Amino acid sequence: MSKNKMSSLERVMTAISHKEPDKVPLFLLLSIYGAKEMSLSPKEYFSEADNIIETQIKVKKKYNNDLFYTFYYAGIEIEAFGGEVIFTNEGPPNTGRPIINKLSDIDNLKVPEIKSNPHLKKVLDTTKALEKEDGKNTPIIGVVMSPFSLPIMQMGFEKYLETIYFNKKEFNKLMQLNQEFCINWANEQLSAGATAICYFNPLASPNNIEKKTYLKTGYPIDKYVISKINGPVATHLASGITKPVIEQIIETNSLVLGISNRDNLEELKKIAKGRICLLGNLNAIEMTNWTLEKAKKEVRNVLDTTKEGGGLILSDNHGEIPWQVDQEILMKIAETVDKYGRYE
Amino acid sequence: MQKINCLQDEFLESLVNVDRVEAASLFEKCYSKYQRFDLLEKMVIKSLTEIGDNWEKGKASLAQVYISGIICEELIDKYLPDVKKADDTNPIIAIGVLEDHHALGKRIVHSILKVSGYKVIDLGYGLSPKIMVEKAIENKVEILLISTLMLESALEVKKVKEILNNRNQSMTVVVGGAPFRLDNKLWENVGADYFGRTASDITEIIEKVVLSNE
Repeated sequence: MSKNKMSSLERVMTAISHKEPDKVPLFLLLSIYGAKEMSLSPKEYFSEADNIIETQIKVKKKYNNDLFYTFYYAGIEIEAFGGEVIFTNEGPPNTGRPIINKLSDIDNLKVPEIKSNPHLKKVLDTTKALEKEDGKNTPIIGVVMSPFSLPIMQMGFEKYLETIYFNKKEFNKLMQLNQEFCINWANEQLSAGATAICYFNPLASPNNIEKKTYLKTGYPIDKYVISKINGPVATHLASGITKPVIEQIIETNSLVLGISNRDNLEELKKIAKGRICLLGNLNAIEMTNWTLEKAKKEVRNVLDTTKEGGGLILSDNHGEIPWQVDQEILMKIAETVDKYGRYE
Repeated sequence: MQKINCLQDEFLESLVNVDRVEAASLFEKCYSKYQRFDLLEKMVIKSLTEIGDNWEKGKASLAQVYISGIICEELIDKYLPDVKKADDTNPIIAIGVLEDHHALGKRIVHSILKVSGYKVIDLGYGLSPKIMVEKAIENKVEILLISTLMLESALEVKKVKEILNNRNQSMTVVVGGAPFRLDNKLWENVGADYFGRTASDITEIIEKVVLSNE
C-alpha cells in the first residue's frame, strides 16, 4: 500500500467537508466479521469487549481501514430492553421473541438505563478503549437504531406496520420511549469517545414505507432525535434506496448518508454534491461470490462515478460485511481504493 | 360476456392509500351491484399483483404490500367464508421461515395465496433445516416455500435440499426473501428449484409446477 499523507480522521473529515483528501476513505464495516478474524464463534466474540477492541485495531492495520467500528449487532438494543438474541454460527445474532406481543405491553416498557446495562456497557467500554488507543487519528463510529426502525425488532415487522397504520396512539407512545432511549444511547457513546453516530434507519427507505407515510410518521422523529444528538450523524438506510428521501435526510442535518446498491450513483452525486457525504455502496451479499476482478471492477465503478470533489466514503451498502466474504476480496477492495481512490 | 371493471382502479387506489374503510366500502358496492364473488376475488388478486409488481419496480413499499394483503384477506374472509373453499386438486403447499424469526415475507405470500384460492400450511418460523423437512414430509407437502431474511439462513437451503434428497423426497423448493433479491444467483447456488421475487410470482410458479407434473 502507498504511504498515507493524512490520518484516517483527517481523511474522513476532509471527505465529509466536500473537499478532496489524499484518497477516498475506506469504511469496511467489520462487526460480525471480527469473530471470523479472531476464529471465535459469534457468541464467544461478542461476550468480551476486549475481543472487539483487539479486532478493530487489527483490521484497521490489515485492511488500511479508516475507522474503528464499535457496532456489535442490532439486537443489542433489544437485549438492553430485556429481550433476547439468538446466536448462530456464522452470522449476526437474530432477535428472538418480540418484547412487545400486544399493544398494551407498550405501557409496561421501560427506557433502559444506559451505563448500568451490561450489554450497552460493553459497547461503551469498547469505545473508551479505542479512543485511548488512537482516537486522535481514527474516527470512532458508534451506532444507534432509529426510534422509528427499532420497533421492527421490538414487535416484529408485521405487528409494527399494523401499529403505524391502525394504532396511532400506541405508535406515538412507543416513539416517545424510543426517542428518549436513542438520544441517551447516542450521547453516552459520544461521551465515551465516539467521533460520530451512525443512525440506522431502514424503515425510512421508500422500499419499506412509502414516502407519504414516512413524512407523517418517521421523518419528524428523525429530525427531532438527530437534533438532540451531540455530535455528527450519518444516516444509514441499510440497503434501502435513498434517493426519494435524500432531501429529507439532508434536512435532518445528517452529514453522511449510507446509500444502497440499488441507488443510481450519478444521480445521487448530483443531488448530494456539497450537501451530504455518500457512504457506500458495494453489494455485500453479492460480495460473497465476487472474484478479485469483480471486486476491483465494482470498487472502481463507485470511485470513478462518485469520488470527484470529495463527499465519498467507500463502504458496503448494508452496514456490515457478511462472514461469508473472503478476506482476499476485502484486501482487493482496500488495494483498489488505495490505487484508484487517490486524488491528484 | 361483457367485461366488468367493478371499481378496480378505485379499489387499487384505496389499497395504495392504505384506506381500509374505503376498500371495504368499494368491496360492498361491488358486491351489492353484481352479487358475484368471482368479481371480488378478481379485484383483489389484480390489485395485490399490481402492488407487488410496483414494489419490485420501486414504486410501492413493502408496507403497502403487507397492509394491502391483510386488508384483502379480511375482506375475502368476510365475503367468501363458506362459498369458496380451497380447490382440492391444488398441490399441497407449505410455507416456513428458515432459521429466522421474521415472518413478514411469509405473511405476505400466505395472504396472496389464500386470496388466490390456495390452501397453505404454515410451518412456522425459526425452523432448522431438519425440522422444516420433517414437518413438510409429515404434511405430504408437494411445494415447499422457504422464506429467509439473513444470508446465513439463505445458505441453509442447501441443507434442506440435501435432507430432502437423502429422504428421497421430490418436493419442489421455492425460495424468497431479501438475500435472494440482493444476489440474483443465490437461489441457484443453494439448489432451490425456483425463486419467487415477489409474492405474486409464487402463483405463476405454482401453476408452472402443476403443469410440469401433469
